[in-house]
Amino acid sequence: MSVPELDVIQVVRGPSRSPAAGAYRTFGETLRGLKTTFARVVEGTHTIQYPEEKTPVYPRFRGRHKLHKFEDTGLEKCVGCSLCAAACPADCIRVVAAENDPEDRVSAGERYAAVYEINLSRCIFCGYCEVACPFDAITMGHDYEMSDYTRSDLIFTKEMLLAEPLERTPLRREGE
Amino acid sequence: MIAFADVNFYESWWVQIIKAIVIFAVIFGILPVLTVYERKLLGRFQHRYGPNRVGPYGLLQPMAEIVKFARKEASRPTTSVGWLFRLAPALAILTAVGALALIPWGGVTTIFGQRVGLYGIDVSIGPLYVFALGGISFYGIMLGGWASGSKYSFLGAMRAAAQLISYEVSQGLALVGVIMTSGTLSLVGIVHAQQGMWYIVPQFAGFLIFMCASFAETNRAPFDLVEADAELVAGYFTEYGGTGFVAFLFSEYVNMMVVSAIAVTMFLGGWTLPFGIVSPVWCDPIVVFAKMMIFITFFIWIRATLPRLRYDQLMSFGWKVLLPLATLNLLVTAIVVAS
Repeated sequence: MSVPELDVIQVVRGPSRSPAAGAYRTFGETLRGLKTTFARVVEGTHTIQYPEEKTPVYPRFRGRHKLHKFEDTGLEKCVGCSLCAAACPADCIRVVAAENDPEDRVSAGERYAAVYEINLSRCIFCGYCEVACPFDAITMGHDYEMSDYTRSDLIFTKEMLLAEPLERTPLRREGE
Repeated sequence: MIAFADVNFYESWWVQIIKAIVIFAVIFGILPVLTVYERKLLGRFQHRYGPNRVGPYGLLQPMAEIVKFARKEASRPTTSVGWLFRLAPALAILTAVGALALIPWGGVTTIFGQRVGLYGIDVSIGPLYVFALGGISFYGIMLGGWASGSKYSFLGAMRAAAQLISYEVSQGLALVGVIMTSGTLSLVGIVHAQQGMWYIVPQFAGFLIFMCASFAETNRAPFDLVEADAELVAGYFTEYGGTGFVAFLFSEYVNMMVVSAIAVTMFLGGWTLPFGIVSPVWCDPIVVFAKMMIFITFFIWIRATLPRLRYDQLMSFGWKVLLPLATLNLLVTAIVVAS
């Protein structure tokens, strides 16, 4: 049962204004609004014209992955341990390891990744693979322009991940 | 031949046809640019660029859109009333264009030995003609909304009926003040009567009332309840696509131009320049157009500024504020003119 005194909220309003005061207030506020919007024109645009201009990314931005090689020997850092695949919450990394041939080494370790695939259509760019890797073989790059027409094109193979990525995104400078 | 109205200045028939074509061509050349102008200006008001991809500065955007609209399938809902559904946009655009004939772009001049008035026609019932066409243009909106057989359209049409009729009263009364001061119903005569002083000075209250009512009459923000995109999808033209939609859209822009031109003629001295500057006759249309652009810019500025009114606010503003003010303005003007 509702009690009128308790259940009904009494809205306290200010003293009722005369129509003239209301009209004056409306007119004044309209002028203030016009001033506000005109100030936006004076300020200019804040739009970034995307394909031509790009927002610079921070150094720790997590974009597309990169696989690395040793700069001096040219051997792959990845030893095919599959820790990245184990750490991956989206289960998008597939690693098939193989024994290194001592005559023709691929990686610095005992084994190497014969198959290393990242399904970028499933990757959530969490960076756990980078953290899990004991040899810093995989890092997150800065590229975020990865749209493609078919899903199979988004499965990146080892060669694609090893290749020097196109630097399509500007890096944010210190203090920018 | 039936005389529709007394005509103050009359040219031979072929001059009139050429004038009609020129006015039509120029206005419909300007219209697409106006749509881009509105979108770009609205963008600036919101920190963005507006269309800038098609052509230089996005100027070819309307071309792309016209092609897009023209290629659309002409579909209509099964609940719609066929021929009325097709008639409505035609009615809207025809009445809007018809009002353009009245707008004085300049005085009488001599072109190739012919005395030509730089306006469609100068009738002795100028504002009445404009209001008559405005009255018919309601039918375009109401039929469009009703014949669509859709609830959103119907709501928009009902709002349009109430809104346009209420605000037309104030709009008309605001103009009566000017007509009484000038003592003529010819729009060209009214411009000539303003040689000394523009009517915006003695009729400032009337000017404000006219502008407020014009925003409602042209269904522009903050009185765009008729098409209220947030509530009614698009109001009366929800069900229209392709060319029907373009007709309604363009009729809105033409109405905006007509209202601006009427305001220029009635309150800003038409083609006359202030401070006694006398411009050559070929400048007249440019002067009128420049003044019109001020109003159109103001229309867009207001659209970027004010939120839409609630329906009861709209009605109470129209009947309780605007109409009494317009009547008071009329009364005061009458007393001043008579004494």
